[in-house]
Amino acid sequence: MGEAIVITSGKGGVGKTTTTANLGTALALQNKKVCLVDTDIGLRNLDVVMGLENRIIYDIVDVVNERCKTKQALVTDKRFDCLHLLPAAQTSDKSEVTPEGIKEIVEELKQDYDYIIIDCPAGIEQGYKNAVAGADKAVVVTTPEKSSVRDADRIIGLLEQEEIEAPKLIINRIRNHMMKSGDMLDVDEIVSVLSIDLLGIVVDDDSVITASNSGEPVAMKPNSRASIAYRNIARRILGEAVPLMNLDEDNGMFSKVKRFFGMRT
Amino acid sequence: MTANDQKVLIKGTRDGLTLSLDDQCAYKDILKELQSKLSMKGITDEEPMIHVTIQLGKRFVTNEQKEELVDIIKEKQKLVVDRIESDVITKKEAFEWKENTEITPIAKTIRSGQLVEVRGDLLLIGDVNPGGSISATGNVYVLGSLKGVAHAGVEGDTETVIAASYMQPSQLRIADQVSRAPDYETEGVYMECGFIDEQEGKIRIDRLQEVVKKKPDLASFERRMRNG
Repeated sequence: MGEAIVITSGKGGVGKTTTTANLGTALALQNKKVCLVDTDIGLRNLDVVMGLENRIIYDIVDVVNERCKTKQALVTDKRFDCLHLLPAAQTSDKSEVTPEGIKEIVEELKQDYDYIIIDCPAGIEQGYKNAVAGADKAVVVTTPEKSSVRDADRIIGLLEQEEIEAPKLIINRIRNHMMKSGDMLDVDEIVSVLSIDLLGIVVDDDSVITASNSGEPVAMKPNSRASIAYRNIARRILGEAVPLMNLDEDNGMFSKVKRFFGMRT
Repeated sequence: MTANDQKVLIKGTRDGLTLSLDDQCAYKDILKELQSKLSMKGITDEEPMIHVTIQLGKRFVTNEQKEELVDIIKEKQKLVVDRIESDVITKKEAFEWKENTEITPIAKTIRSGQLVEVRGDLLLIGDVNPGGSISATGNVYVLGSLKGVAHAGVEGDTETVIAASYMQPSQLRIADQVSRAPDYETEGVYMECGFIDEQEGKIRIDRLQEVVKKKPDLASFERRMRNG
């Protein structure tokens, strides 16, 4: 019996889809059976980021409306046999699926997979409710910007009303020099405002954009800093204690980073 | 009334037998006469199968009645019904024919998430962007770049084709066959056409001119009529 993790943020454009794709890939690299579920109906992207768009025959709306079996709609990743994608529909509307419908599918997938990672659409309406319905755990993605932290806070409040474990936080798109100069919210500050466990931090890295444009998740690249960050997060999900990444090239922040780690465990 | 009151006229032709059924008398009279006429001759086993064409004239028969006629004729071992011809069809069939034989022109850009479905052939004047989708029961012609998904012969016609000025689709579907773009980045091709290769039973893309040679009756009314 696997577990279902929803990746959400409230705000759009903070990197939910990128996080979903990369965590899925990183978990598959660890030989876990992973199924990615895109619930952003009408604005699907996960298939594009994964480079699987041209393989889609059926989608999640077809499954909900029983036009096909769940297995028929699953697209196998081109890199890993243990990684599958259940794509969202592009031509339908969010109202065509219900939280119950998604929950049923997720329950079915949990029988066959170690991890189900659900990509949530932006917003707090129907799409969010659908995505959260089947999840056991939640990961909130935010960036070091006020607006995005505000929305993350709102989402955490909503998630606390659901019957799922306390959400964990990923801070995405960190620019070290701005954080240092105080032009960007500091990791410490964000964690203290949101007061949930920090699952990981990801630096803003050009290779993320390059990778998503070529349909190859950045987690596949061995040396990129974002890639290492995602793989570390995957290891933490698997229960390993991995220290937070050192943001500074020259070890200047080491003590500070150590402190976060202490807080996390 | 036909001469000397025959309701079933049997004529021999090069291709076999033609049964002309009177279209003015009652249907059950025809069945009666058909049964008696066919039971008259003893046909020996050595003879080859005889192909039969039934001409109904201006009589309309339902599908059940057609089956009944075929069954009566089939009882005679050496007879096999090739075709049933009638000069009349129902309004509904006529509408379906019309729909399926028409070319629907649409002038717009099909963007991601949009879906255009037509009966008959689709002539799209514009592009299909990635994530956009078009489908037709007949052929699909795109005067523009095809970068999304196109489906021809939605109801199972494997003779249909997908032609585009610029072809770089993420998927081509013809009847129940699917082919997808390769995983590596590719340039599109100009003036090409996707069709089902009969030998391989798979979708192939070739130059428009080559496909026209292979499927000369592509645009003919008869081909489009078969859809109905």
